[in-house]
Amino acid sequence: MKKMRSIGLAMTVFGLLFTSVPLLHAATDSRMIQIKGSDTMVNLSQAWAEEFMAEKPDVSIAVTGGGSGTGIAALINGTTDIANSSRPIKKKEIDDAQKGGYYPEEFKVAIDALAVIVNPANPVKELTCDQLSGIFTGKITNWSEVGGKNEKILILSRDRNSGTHTYFLEHALRKGNPSGPEQFAPSTLMLPSSEAIIAETSQSESAIGYDGLGYVTPKVKTLAIAKKGGDAFVLPSKETATDNTYPIRRYLYMYTGFKPKGDVQAFIDFVLSEKGQKIVDELGFVPLEKKK
Amino acid sequence: MRRLKELIIEKTILLNGFACIFFVVLIFFFLAKDGLALFRTISIRDFLFGQLWNPIAEPPQFGILPLFLGSFLVTLGATAISVPLGMACAIFIGEIAPRWMRELLKAGVELLAAIPSIVIGFVGMTMLGPMVKNIFHLPTGLTALTGSFALAFMAIPTIVSIMEDAISSVPRSYKEGSLALGATHWQTIYRVIIPAASSGIVAAIMLGIGRVIGETMAVMMLTGNASVMPRTILEPVRTMTATIAAEMGETVHGSEHYFALFALGLVLFAITFIINLIADAALHRKRK
Repeated sequence: MKKMRSIGLAMTVFGLLFTSVPLLHAATDSRMIQIKGSDTMVNLSQAWAEEFMAEKPDVSIAVTGGGSGTGIAALINGTTDIANSSRPIKKKEIDDAQKGGYYPEEFKVAIDALAVIVNPANPVKELTCDQLSGIFTGKITNWSEVGGKNEKILILSRDRNSGTHTYFLEHALRKGNPSGPEQFAPSTLMLPSSEAIIAETSQSESAIGYDGLGYVTPKVKTLAIAKKGGDAFVLPSKETATDNTYPIRRYLYMYTGFKPKGDVQAFIDFVLSEKGQKIVDELGFVPLEKKK
Repeated sequence: MRRLKELIIEKTILLNGFACIFFVVLIFFFLAKDGLALFRTISIRDFLFGQLWNPIAEPPQFGILPLFLGSFLVTLGATAISVPLGMACAIFIGEIAPRWMRELLKAGVELLAAIPSIVIGFVGMTMLGPMVKNIFHLPTGLTALTGSFALAFMAIPTIVSIMEDAISSVPRSYKEGSLALGATHWQTIYRVIIPAASSGIVAAIMLGIGRVIGETMAVMMLTGNASVMPRTILEPVRTMTATIAAEMGETVHGSEHYFALFALGLVLFAITFIINLIADAALHRKRK
């Protein structure tokens, strides 16, 4: 009998849970900002949100990751106010959004430079974009072909759910032509996180990988990259990313479903303000060029 | 009044029972709806037997053979490691260990089941990976074998607890009869007890395999996820589960790639369904 009662209790609790969900939603709807998307930007957005909430305690901001595609899909479905994305929105996604009555607005919020990294024991110091593309597509398979030891190259990449993967594919492998024929070599190891790439590179002498500048640690060596043969080799840094001399850099975006207003507008203004851009710098990303 | 109460409770329980089946059917239809949409543009043959998985190429290639073989290799490795270990453990717990040790070991095995898979993946990445790399002199420690080891640890609790149940439910009279005929303890175990518990043992193995094939997080962290056609167990592989988990976040909803991931889920669903069916059949054979 006791068991029965507890089952009954469990059912009541469940029932309450279900009926209260819409209530909760309605109650918190007004002063709540949902941000969803790019995993690269989760920490950054969290830092922005915390600082913003400290200034405006009556607004609450919820940040979730899941990938740029997830964020934009949520924007299309109307389940998020802001979508974080480390790639520009695609044509199909804009069309889908418009079908649902949303007109995505784009904001560039920060710059991210991708560092190409190798093991510190690797003698190679620099690569041209052509060599880089050759290595990651599998045309160059031995380090001796680019001035290193006679060793097979181990290619490391983020997995396809990562905006970083797509960006590197389009700008390093395809050299800026987004629909080029180049592909990551099938033997590429697809690792689930930036940290995993750093860990694997620091353990394996033949590895080459890429990671956001903010993630690079002294356990790995950063390579200098030249746009083409004959050009100067440039190491990634905040300066070279800002003045656009380092070739593998990208913008990070925020999208809203409508022209922002109210709290969302205030938040985006905050992100783009000097204070917001200082947080960008603190987290290892590159602030936007100062408007003159 | 009391009758009414009984009636309500009875119907609610009935409803709950059917709800489970209903949910499974619902999930299946949901998967099938989006999964089958892929075959409007890609032939089933290219999907099942294509050797290249390049979902974001132009034109995209959706050959799942390397992913299927990746899952198969990792599962095979994990089964080869976990079945002998789990079986030995179950026999020891069920037949040989003294009572106090039995309780201790059972608690230990259950604790092993409680470790979150991401923790196993983490330990595997920092300890197991470098070990495999150094032992076999490989360029990377992220291989099918590394994944197999980690998954074996996840399958062992399932295998041990179900097998141990099967072994201890063999009637005492069988054992006593065998011993009375002059058989040694070991002879009794492998000539009488194991054959008598065989259906439970098969079910335990199948459920262990089911656990392994569906595991995602640890394999994603440990197997390297390279979608090559694997030749040996010492190479990086990409499993079906890791592919879905890794690619879902970035797909454009309603695209071919999105449908391909659902189709992959459908294949996975079919495989686990068959495995469960075999396990179930094995258990039922025992009851008759």
